[in-house]
Amino acid sequence: MVSNTTIKSLVDKSILPDNVKEELYGKLIEYNKKYKLKKKEVQAIIEEAEKEYENALIEPGEAVGTVAAQSMGEPSTQMTLNTFHYAGVAEINVTLGLPRIIEIVDARKNPSTPIMTVYLDEEHRYDREKALEVARKIEGTTIENLAQSMTIDILNFEFIIDIDPERLEKSDLDMERIKKKLEGSFKSAEFDVDGYTLIMRPKKAQKIADLRRLAEKVKKHRLKGLSGVGKTIIRKEGEEYVIYTEGSNFKQVLKVPGIDPTRTRTNNIHEIAEVLGIEAARNAIVEEIVNTMREQGLEVDVRHIMLVADMMTLDGVIRPIGRHGVVGEKASVLARAAFEITTQHLFEAAERGEVDPLNGVVENVLIGQPVPVGTGMVKLTMKLPLKPREV
Amino acid sequence: MAAKKGFDIFAHQLVPEHRILSEEEKEELLKKYKIRISQLPQIKASDPAVLALDAKPGDVIEIKRKSPTAGIYYYYRLVVED
Repeated sequence: MVSNTTIKSLVDKSILPDNVKEELYGKLIEYNKKYKLKKKEVQAIIEEAEKEYENALIEPGEAVGTVAAQSMGEPSTQMTLNTFHYAGVAEINVTLGLPRIIEIVDARKNPSTPIMTVYLDEEHRYDREKALEVARKIEGTTIENLAQSMTIDILNFEFIIDIDPERLEKSDLDMERIKKKLEGSFKSAEFDVDGYTLIMRPKKAQKIADLRRLAEKVKKHRLKGLSGVGKTIIRKEGEEYVIYTEGSNFKQVLKVPGIDPTRTRTNNIHEIAEVLGIEAARNAIVEEIVNTMREQGLEVDVRHIMLVADMMTLDGVIRPIGRHGVVGEKASVLARAAFEITTQHLFEAAERGEVDPLNGVVENVLIGQPVPVGTGMVKLTMKLPLKPREV
Repeated sequence: MAAKKGFDIFAHQLVPEHRILSEEEKEELLKKYKIRISQLPQIKASDPAVLALDAKPGDVIEIKRKSPTAGIYYYYRLVVED
């Protein structure tokens, strides 16, 4: 019987990846107990595993890109076109399903429904009140959110806002502070507070249209919170409270005291790339696609998704898959022309006098030659015994 | 390291470990994969992770990625100017 340490050293020496090593080690220990293996047998088992592993590897010339595209494309035909519910958080709308996949793959600058998941630190995590405290700091509040009714008084040339006392209290603001804030931001108007009523008067009597425009601006003015962030929702997840936000401002939210910056995230991949770097963005792309697929009850092998994410982040910036990104930067003219806007690519190539060496797959399909995939990758060259004689 | 921001980005769950390769390791890497340095994937010099490591254009960064299929594997990126 061999000792566990020898098994460990033998397994460690093999070429297998870490995950497989671990599994193999566990199994070997188990079988060693049952059958009292000899060192030679252990070695033979490891060799067999290595052989299996090598057989399972992708061979050179395999069309991995095409396979990845099909593996993601086929399940996406089964997705419901529009689903607007986030597992559990019914109050916040989230784009899911096919529109979300398209959004990620097209690398849109702003997702249609940006959302942040804000985790809290040790101190604020377990208490609803404390979580609410943090949520208040993040939640963006405008006059519009607080108002019960808003009216434009044309006769007196005023804009009258009735504040809802309940909402005011919830937001941790008071009338005086609102007045000061507004006075600081709008120099062209006066503000008066009377109980829970706020009255705005433009300093110069102008046209009605100007009053309306100003009122619109006052309505949308952010009194507190992070820019770009709207409603927040607190939800209990297992032991801890988590804040979900409508809208996203990843850079600022990381600076808010009371949050856990190591787990907090956003669904805006560009924001992640900006704040945490391209590698984090790659991981985010993989996770977002996997989660969207899983939410729809579809299982796609992560390796396909990882390939897509790697291609999208190859240059250090996030490139969309498609005409403006990955495909648009292909070296071959014919490959680009075969995809979209054919004539434009051909004209431009002609103008520049581009040469297509026909190295890729698409261009060879186009002209009807064997494609450099699988066995087509191999070229046979013959070493001629004769050399041109030097004269 | 990234003290000025008050938050170390490498502490975030999404960010894998980054490391600058020495000149010898760089040579070895290129020899192992039989490639030229320009064939490596790239990372911008303005990338937050590159700034935190204080790497210069021309450096190669080794990224220790966690993979659900292989456990841990290494990925390499060449630092390029924007």
